[in-house]
Amino acid sequence: MNNKILKLLENNARMSNETISAITGLTEEETKHRIENMEDNGIIRGYKALIDWERVEDSYVSAIIELKVIPKARLGFEEIAAHIAQYPNVESVFLMSGACDLCVIVKCKTFHEVSAFVAKELAVIEGITSTATQFIMRRYKDFGIELSSADDDGRGNISL
Amino acid sequence: MINYKNILSSTVQDIKPSGIRKFFDIANTMEDVISLGVGEPDFRTPWQVRSAGIHSLEQANTRYTSNKGLEALREEISVYTKRKYGISYNPETEILVTVGGSEAIDMALRAITEPGDEIIIPQPSYVCYEPITRLAGGVPVIIHTKAENDFKVTPEELKQAISEKTKALILPYPCNPTGGIMGKEDLEQLAEILQDTDIVVISDEIYAELTFDNIKHTSAASIPGMRERTVLINGFSKTFSMTGWRLGYACAPEPLLNEITKIHQYAIMCAPTTSQYAAIEALRSCDDVVRDMVEEYDMRRKLIVKGFNQLGLTCREPKGAFYAFPSIQSTGLTSEEFCERLLYSKKVAVVPGTAFGDSGEGFIRASYCYSLLHIEKALHLIGEFLEELKNN
Repeated sequence: MNNKILKLLENNARMSNETISAITGLTEEETKHRIENMEDNGIIRGYKALIDWERVEDSYVSAIIELKVIPKARLGFEEIAAHIAQYPNVESVFLMSGACDLCVIVKCKTFHEVSAFVAKELAVIEGITSTATQFIMRRYKDFGIELSSADDDGRGNISL
Repeated sequence: MINYKNILSSTVQDIKPSGIRKFFDIANTMEDVISLGVGEPDFRTPWQVRSAGIHSLEQANTRYTSNKGLEALREEISVYTKRKYGISYNPETEILVTVGGSEAIDMALRAITEPGDEIIIPQPSYVCYEPITRLAGGVPVIIHTKAENDFKVTPEELKQAISEKTKALILPYPCNPTGGIMGKEDLEQLAEILQDTDIVVISDEIYAELTFDNIKHTSAASIPGMRERTVLINGFSKTFSMTGWRLGYACAPEPLLNEITKIHQYAIMCAPTTSQYAAIEALRSCDDVVRDMVEEYDMRRKLIVKGFNQLGLTCREPKGAFYAFPSIQSTGLTSEEFCERLLYSKKVAVVPGTAFGDSGEGFIRASYCYSLLHIEKALHLIGEFLEELKNN
């Protein structure tokens, strides 16, 4: 049942307890209790709006930065990853298989800000041997949602 | 100058255009409508099915198929009906691929109807049975199913409807618009009445895969004694979100299917080839996708049913298809008045129950082929509308 609640909230974090209880058959009280429990024990880490910033004038520049890293004895990649994760403009940090070691997604105001961040903050970290920055030029699908698709699904308003 | 009235068939002219045509035209041209009005899934056709269609085009598989449909598809249909409903049909002689379930209904009725034959049609139900019966020269005999019976056909109602002239019974279950289903016991009771008669059953099971509460659909043809008299009709539109592909099928004993195929052969030639290739993939590989879609429909169903009941519009739990059929009798309005006023004042589109027969009076059909968010919005607006009705 908790999984069902999580799936509903993952699709719409603003879904009311009333709606969730209608769908799951739980009481509103129990729904509330279960969600609070999952918040307390860290299963639900927070609630965010999924924003298509390209539709907003005050938009952002995002980039994917691939890092090659010399892992430290005993600590592996943890120390560097934790360090990078502290920058507020870093959206995600992943340990990767394949050509690069860490993958960092950053969101900045301008291209300049991204380059400055890579050159002055990331590239100079001890243990990082190379960086490769790829700017995101356009988002077609993000957060599992097709951003470019039209709202009208072509079904009309009424049919038998 | 030609007087078109004189040249057109009187049978066709006597078929009244649906009284709510005007309402539909208005609803379909209005902008920013929050609709619960459509009878087709919002999901896309599963990707692997679209891909199979594309592949068949790349291979230039664009010629006529055999009249009955691709052999590979008929074989898959045979496997599918056996696997899902426990009925065996010979792909060579007992299965016909049609242009949607609709064509199969038309062909089946035409194949069996002599002028004056009575065709028993339960209502509220999908709109096509009555006009097609008339076009085939038959006489529709309506059973008005009731909410308190969960819109099933009861044995008493069937007995009363049967006369010397009865040729066929149409069984439209799971039912659009009521969401009613006929379970094994319900069907067995009807089978008992039909045994030792020559009455044909045309079982339109297009919503067969969309049943809820762990109820597995029972096909009318699977009831002992029923297979020999049943034309089983199904299709791809609802189960696999393939409405625009126009593909369905009929399964029936060879003597029936041969004659149905004869009409199909002259009227249609064969069902669309691309769709047939895509449909093979749908039957082979989409169990998981269909299960996910049914799970999603089920959540919407629970939300909308609870929503209507909370608003004071009594709504029985639909057990199949994807429609809620709440009663609006408490408002004192007719179904059409309710729908028109709701559309004009709140831009919410639902379908008057009367679109599905006179016995739909007092009900509206609300489709839940929409996202949870969309359904919540629509319910909220219907709530506002009901408040305003009370205060006026």
